[in-house]
Amino acid sequence: MEGLLLVLLNGLVYGLLLFMLSSGLTLIVGMMGVLNFAHASFYMLGAYFAYTISVGLGFWPALIIAPLLVGGLGALVERYGLRAVHRHGKLAELLFTVGLAFVIGEIVPLIWGRPAVPYRVPAVLDFPAFALGGINYQAYRLFMMGVSVAIFAGLYAALARTRLGLVIRAALTHPEMVGMLGHNVPRVFTLVFGAGCALAGLAGVIGGNVFTTSPGMAEALGAIVFAVVIMGGLGSIPGALLASLAIGFIQTASVTLDTPLGVLLGRLGMAVDPHGALAEITIARAAPAVPYLLLVLVLVVHPRGLMGARAD
Amino acid sequence: MPKIAAHLRGRSWLVVKFLAAPVFAGLLFAATHAAAAEVVQIAYIDPLSGPFASTGQLGEEHLRFAIDRVNAAEAAGPGRRFELVAMDNEVNPEKSLTLLRKAIDGGIHYITQGNGSSVAFALSDAVAKNNRRDPTHAVVYLNYAAVDPGLTNGKCNWWHFRFDADSDMKMKALASYLVGRADIHKVYIFNPDYSFGQSVEKAAIAMIGNQRPDLTIVGAERVPLGKVTDFTPYIAKMRAVGADAVVTGNWGADLTLLVKAAADTGFNATFFTYYLGARETVQAVGMAGKGDAQISEWHENVDAPAIDKMAAAFNAKYHENFYYWRVVDMIDTLAAAMKEAGSTDPLKVSRVLSGMKFSTPLGAEEIRADNHQLLQPMYISVLAPDMPHMFPGVPLGFKTIKRFDAEATRLPTTCSLKAPD
Repeated sequence: MEGLLLVLLNGLVYGLLLFMLSSGLTLIVGMMGVLNFAHASFYMLGAYFAYTISVGLGFWPALIIAPLLVGGLGALVERYGLRAVHRHGKLAELLFTVGLAFVIGEIVPLIWGRPAVPYRVPAVLDFPAFALGGINYQAYRLFMMGVSVAIFAGLYAALARTRLGLVIRAALTHPEMVGMLGHNVPRVFTLVFGAGCALAGLAGVIGGNVFTTSPGMAEALGAIVFAVVIMGGLGSIPGALLASLAIGFIQTASVTLDTPLGVLLGRLGMAVDPHGALAEITIARAAPAVPYLLLVLVLVVHPRGLMGARAD
Repeated sequence: MPKIAAHLRGRSWLVVKFLAAPVFAGLLFAATHAAAAEVVQIAYIDPLSGPFASTGQLGEEHLRFAIDRVNAAEAAGPGRRFELVAMDNEVNPEKSLTLLRKAIDGGIHYITQGNGSSVAFALSDAVAKNNRRDPTHAVVYLNYAAVDPGLTNGKCNWWHFRFDADSDMKMKALASYLVGRADIHKVYIFNPDYSFGQSVEKAAIAMIGNQRPDLTIVGAERVPLGKVTDFTPYIAKMRAVGADAVVTGNWGADLTLLVKAAADTGFNATFFTYYLGARETVQAVGMAGKGDAQISEWHENVDAPAIDKMAAAFNAKYHENFYYWRVVDMIDTLAAAMKEAGSTDPLKVSRVLSGMKFSTPLGAEEIRADNHQLLQPMYISVLAPDMPHMFPGVPLGFKTIKRFDAEATRLPTTCSLKAPD
């Protein structure tokens, strides 16, 4: 029982973290149709900005300022970079963001160096909030979960319930019409891209000190963030939440299972060589591959992802 | 090309002999100095981007530091200079082979690598094949950190020289300490999932299991290199089986995240590690790391003033803690071998290196002739407060628990090398 609770809790923590990381990406994909490959790089920038700001001013100002800086940078990138390549089509936009990821990936170590910087969890939240099965849960982790839930609620409400959300959604499907009605469509896109980057920055501020703030952090998380967004359905915010939680729970649960994969497949009725590799690899060892396995499964059954509406 | 270069060098020496008039002395000094300068390029094939870039960069800085020392002292022979050529392999064996090819085509005869035994196996094998087919472009492979025992046992070859103790040698030392700790009863073995991690796991089970009736191995697990972000579920698993010690060969970002997850969740088992000594790792674990152990060939609090001076110079230049004493040891040894051989020819130099005995500020060392493994003194140390040298921001430093003489680390090998003709 305790074991199950631990799995659920760890899965929830990890799932909400994944959602926080991917929310900005899914916002940009959903509202602009741009698959931003530099998303994880903005996440990294958020962490580094927060580190630098927290050295001088402390964590709480960094929590506000760093995402704003990253968002501002994102808006500039959209205004002067993406918009210029926009008329060359989707592929050009994609390649532009890939290039951007490389540029940020090279600039960060030039400024902050290759080794991880000592970016720490703020002392006020650095205490065990509660313990389960001898495992302490840091108050900061609860804070992180809270922020993630707040992001979901905020995004969902902003897009579904506000006038701005209405304009953004309309600008996606009927840009000319929205323009005719007197809205500045390009500025709406700049705003969306900036907001998406700010969310990535926020995730960096909060994730950078739980894990490590190093030039490798973007690359380490880049792949999984894409798995979440694609699995959830491109652009669907509830879909991203669902996919994040599913990946969180299933990956965490598989870590605890020491049953060989072969036995599992055997139970599913597949013939497995009892002395082959599959009979030796435990489910736990395959755990890090689980998100991608899940992604493939979801796409096979439902090509648009869990809650995807967009077909492009 | 090398022949022409040698020819030119020979001629300029003749010129010096015949025209050594005092009037021209200054001019000639400049000329001969330029002509006699022989540059030995050393290709450094290691990760300089990706999750392990910081580990690779640390290696590069140590190599540059070691090379600058050798060049300043002309330790490789008069006028002979080392030059580092850094190549980024992203810890990828295929990419490493392409880079090796590039190095060979560029006329490089010495390569060094350390991160990832999977890369090391690929390089060692490719170097051996290349040297057999094309002896004029022979390459000596100096391994400063890839510690899979297979490299100096079943898959050994003449051209591979290892300056780090292999994982079995290290495990023998770590296990002797762990087994002697009466307060430890349940050991969890946790490793990266590739050849090195498998070797560590195998050695740990062999050397720790069945050593004491009240000491059991409660789990053995391997995780893919650089793929796990949150180690909390793994810590929960270790906690669930009641582990009070974790033996791990994880390194770089993985080890940092692992010990940090243990610290954050209040899991207070003792970690017995190969690579705890990196600054970023100790800073991430903080005070919770007190008592965690590592096996290494040196640490900051070993009493060796000569190395302390090096460490201070390194720190002043790179603003980073000195970590790889063995890199300096390796480059010094290569220089000494070249000087003794009176040549930079890979075969001649490798003949000197094989079986070479020398002494360092830490004691007597030997490169085994049978498998080209360096035997060097080893230290078990734990993170302890109030040490002369401590980590920035974390008042802990390594404290020697036990020292092993070079000879005490010798293990049997299945290898018996003979020099190629």
